[in-house]
Amino acid sequence: MTEALLEIRGINKRFGGLHALNDVSLSIRRGEIYGLIGPNGAGKTTLFNVLTGLYQPDEGSFTFNGIDLFRKKPHVVVASGIARTFQNIRLFHNMTALENVMVGRHARAKAGILGAVLRSRRTQHEEAAIKQRAAQLLDYVGISHRADDIAKHLSYGDQRRLEIARALATDPILLALDEPAAGMNSTETESLKRLMQTIRDSGITILLIEHDVKLMMGLCDRIAVLDYGRKIAEGVPETIRTDPKVIEAYLGVAES
Amino acid sequence: MAFLAGDVYPCRSPMNVATVRRPLFLLVLVALSILPFVIQQTLGNAWLRTLDTAMLYIMLALGLNIVIGYAGLLDLGYIAFYAVGAYTYALLNSPQLLPLLSGTGYEGLLHTPIWIVLPLAAFLAGLFGMLLGAPTLKLRGDYLAIVTLGFGEIIRLLLRNLTRPVNITNGPIGINQIAPASFAGHRITSPVHLGSIELSSLHQYYFLFLVLVLCVILVSARLQDSRIGRAWIAIREDEIAAQAMGINTRNVKLMAFAMGASFGGVSGALFASYQGFVSPESFILMESVMVLAMVVLGGMGNIPGVILGAILISLTPEVLRDIVNPLQDRFLGERIVAPDDLRMLVFAMALILVMLLRPEGLWPSRRRKAEFHEADPVVTPGTRAGQHD
Repeated sequence: MTEALLEIRGINKRFGGLHALNDVSLSIRRGEIYGLIGPNGAGKTTLFNVLTGLYQPDEGSFTFNGIDLFRKKPHVVVASGIARTFQNIRLFHNMTALENVMVGRHARAKAGILGAVLRSRRTQHEEAAIKQRAAQLLDYVGISHRADDIAKHLSYGDQRRLEIARALATDPILLALDEPAAGMNSTETESLKRLMQTIRDSGITILLIEHDVKLMMGLCDRIAVLDYGRKIAEGVPETIRTDPKVIEAYLGVAES
Repeated sequence: MAFLAGDVYPCRSPMNVATVRRPLFLLVLVALSILPFVIQQTLGNAWLRTLDTAMLYIMLALGLNIVIGYAGLLDLGYIAFYAVGAYTYALLNSPQLLPLLSGTGYEGLLHTPIWIVLPLAAFLAGLFGMLLGAPTLKLRGDYLAIVTLGFGEIIRLLLRNLTRPVNITNGPIGINQIAPASFAGHRITSPVHLGSIELSSLHQYYFLFLVLVLCVILVSARLQDSRIGRAWIAIREDEIAAQAMGINTRNVKLMAFAMGASFGGVSGALFASYQGFVSPESFILMESVMVLAMVVLGGMGNIPGVILGAILISLTPEVLRDIVNPLQDRFLGERIVAPDDLRMLVFAMALILVMLLRPEGLWPSRRRKAEFHEADPVVTPGTRAGQHD
């Protein structure tokens, strides 16, 4: 068994009377593509927000790469090596594509106000490196020709790609993608799938929420199924496909 | 101010920009050096005085531009930092604190040289900026505006009432007898003769202000194209996404408040030296609104635009005075309206027109233009509504 990169135990998150996450535990192994599926309202995005620090869980434990990230702020989570994209794309819409990715380098750069004002040699080097890395990443996701365009002018598929490039700019160990294929046609989905495989092959672990079950089955190494805030199943795609609990969650119980 | 454009827009071909920029910059510098003499000869001292004041407003507007234009934090109490700077200079260069300090051996503090006061004013104003920023970190938009408005008033009232148990600010009467800035024993108010040219106090202030305005422009421009500047803009665009990119939004917002405030502090200290007198009435809400109008009218987030806004708005009263009275004298034979009464009318109409016709300001940045004039992101139908988790 490979080493667990991310491990959460007994995570609970309540919003008033709603028990959004109920005692959820899971562990993601280094180098795998881990899928998270479940019906609408199952708590997938809530779990995502907990894992990226946007929500503070009520109880449980959360360790990542040997670091305790329970109730840590998003910028600490990012610095530890978890990056994410959003279900409904959240780019910096009025910045250029290149600038968007450059913002992603924030956590891996140091220059403060003084460095910027004095434009010291170190700041200049850092700035040049940021720009270069950002350009590389745009090229990596295949949208380098749009570098100087304002983000919101990009096509939908390119915006998704830009969001991934921006997340990659933080040098993540784990990349969390919230429904990256949503709204894409089958050609776009296919090329996105290839991109995700390339990213995984470069050594980055991927956590993926997706509705496209066919995509998930072909792509993920392991899948967890959430329903009503509980994890009802976890395993390789073949076992998930035949798990009666999963079928029940998606299709309801057959009347006998 | 075309030479600024190179700093503001990311340059695609650095070689070209550098070769064009240097001579252009020198040309502008020469023009700016001749300007006060031309103005004095053609329009008189009143206009030169207006020009000096305009430069103080340029610094203020560029400071507020950091807070509003870059970081998107609506601050309606910005003039408070101008007040902090002004009172810092006033207290350290007037006999106001003499009763308090006489006999303590610290009387020398009351003649603190300007090169110490300016950084101190910037620092103190920055500190006050953080003081305002810290409790308002979670507020946005209207809510933040109300709190900052209150903060501005609190500072003004504090200055009005800080007279007991010890008289520090001299209350509503304000502080008099403020010594003008001096450099190595030379008081800026005593004329300097360069050959046949006489540099009056107004000229000397002009050059002092010019140097600082250029510094403020440089700092603004460099910050804009830096890691911190990008973080400010990212926060303005989408705070959640900014957090998810590893930006410590708390610290970065505090930096914006502090940085913007420090420009205000410098401008305030210069104001006190220039005016020789400060009172709380110089720091009313209307002043905050004016500076905000400069930023909005000129083009939030764009340095040349903000400078243009500051110049236009601070010159308007002067222009009106020179136009309205002669016109009335000529055509009506008597003066019916005072130019100052028309001022607000003109401002209001100008702002309404700009908001209707050019909501992004007179000279906007590319980003700002995109924000107002191009459709929002296209999200394929179904992704937002249909597939919610």
